Amino acid sequence: MSPGYTSEEMMVVTAARQLSNDDTCFVGIGTPSAACNLARLTHSPDITLIYESGTIGTRPEVLPLSIGDGELCETALTTVSVPEMFQYWLQAGRISIGFLGAAQIDRFANINTTVIGDYHHPKVRLPGGGGAPEIASFCEETFVIMPHSARAMVPHVDFVTSFGFGSGGTDRADLGLHTKGPTLVITDLCLMRPDPETKELTVVSLHPGVDRGQVRGATGWDVAFVEDLGETPSPEEDELEVLRDLMDRTAQAHAPGMGGKERE
Amino acid sequence: MPRMTSLSDAIATHVHDGDTVCMEGFTHLIPFAAGHEVIRQRLRDLTVIRMTPDLIYDQLIGAGCVARLVFSWGGNPGVGSLHRLRDAVENGWPRTLEIEEHSHAAMANAYWAGAAGLPLALFRGYLGSGLSEVNESIRFLDDPFTGERLAAVPAIRPDVTVIHAQRADREGNVLIEGIVGVQKEAALAARRAVVVTVEEVVDDLRAPSHNSVILPGWSVDAIAEAPGGARPSYAHGYYTRDNAFYTEWDAISRDRNRFQEWLTVEVLGGSQ
Repeated sequence: MSPGYTSEEMMVVTAARQLSNDDTCFVGIGTPSAACNLARLTHSPDITLIYESGTIGTRPEVLPLSIGDGELCETALTTVSVPEMFQYWLQAGRISIGFLGAAQIDRFANINTTVIGDYHHPKVRLPGGGGAPEIASFCEETFVIMPHSARAMVPHVDFVTSFGFGSGGTDRADLGLHTKGPTLVITDLCLMRPDPETKELTVVSLHPGVDRGQVRGATGWDVAFVEDLGETPSPEEDELEVLRDLMDRTAQAHAPGMGGKERE
Repeated sequence: MPRMTSLSDAIATHVHDGDTVCMEGFTHLIPFAAGHEVIRQRLRDLTVIRMTPDLIYDQLIGAGCVARLVFSWGGNPGVGSLHRLRDAVENGWPRTLEIEEHSHAAMANAYWAGAAGLPLALFRGYLGSGLSEVNESIRFLDDPFTGERLAAVPAIRPDVTVIHAQRADREGNVLIEGIVGVQKEAALAARRAVVVTVEEVVDDLRAPSHNSVILPGWSVDAIAEAPGGARPSYAHGYYTRDNAFYTEWDAISRDRNRFQEWLTVEVLGGSQ
């Protein structure tokens, strides 16, 4: 029986539910932006969304394609310069959650968005770090959202763009990083959290209809499951409705012929 | 007071082969018209600096103007890869491209240090990141007061900075509103020249607040009117970002021949 929602919708709704009204959230572009705005449009209307272009407290009507669409600035409480954003707001520890996507993540939640293969002779050159290295270091905690696959969930990342837990244990604190780091990974199959001691990413909840074998097959290391493994609650009708409206508005706004229009 | 001039004259006067050039604008107000003029004037061996190379540097790289790129996020925002950048890094086409790669926090701090006339920027960052292993300009220093380990990078000091703004008045005072990015810092970090293209030169700036003039005329070297000069990015209050073109760029730039055809028709004016 089809569940009436896609695995992508399951992932985004689940991610949105992890946020609360009191959060101050540094939002990555793409799926993190969808999840954060869904939270704002449903259970957390007063959440503060911050994009690295300098927009603070933004309330976009449609999802931005880029991190600096005009929509973000027009609907923001204020817009600051990029140096101010990284110095006063991120570096100084004023942001509670960093919400990131990832091309590749490893068992200790180190993220690679730089290269596949060797740095100097890459097989695939990815966009790079952008704001992520410092977001992952200086937000109180980081959530990561990404589709689950054995190519993306690997034993060791090819390149550590953004440090998670290194080789596990106390590596993070030993480096001088006193924030919590990546505390939650949301995929289209499950939720993962770092083990409290070893810091290895461990499955804490399976999405409805997903079994352990599927997660094992889509994870590049011998993945562990917590003892009291839960089932992630499925999306409610009203969440799906708000999400689908948002995605439709967004698709329409970015369609050919809609761009570059005069405004004055 | 800056010289009020044409775009072609501003680039010919201030940008030379081998220069280090910074063309900033964080998604907003990207100086595309000026970038295209650099391509038309066939400048070579440039070091180009931008936090997000975006389509503007993808085009400069594909056109063979660039020897070295300093950057912190090299994607097509919300779309995917910059294929001309990738082709240069992965295959050395149309020429080999040296890269110096940072994080946004590092570059934002390095611009700030450049504008402040400091030799380096100190900040919290890069702890545990592999970038410090592949980029020799990333170092660490211990704070002499607390012992905290801080990242250090050299200040950004380009020969020339080029930015696009909404308006300038006839004295060359420059107004920017909306997402202000790092343009003020990038302009004040320039060693030799600051070139500003604007949507319009006006008698009265119609400043919406007392804080929207970001550069007094005496800190700028050349102003050139270039209406639409930020397209396909945008100019707040004038036109919106052409998101559809950013999406189309993926297909245009993926293929060398299609890119060259685009370059010939859209930038070189069919002259090649």
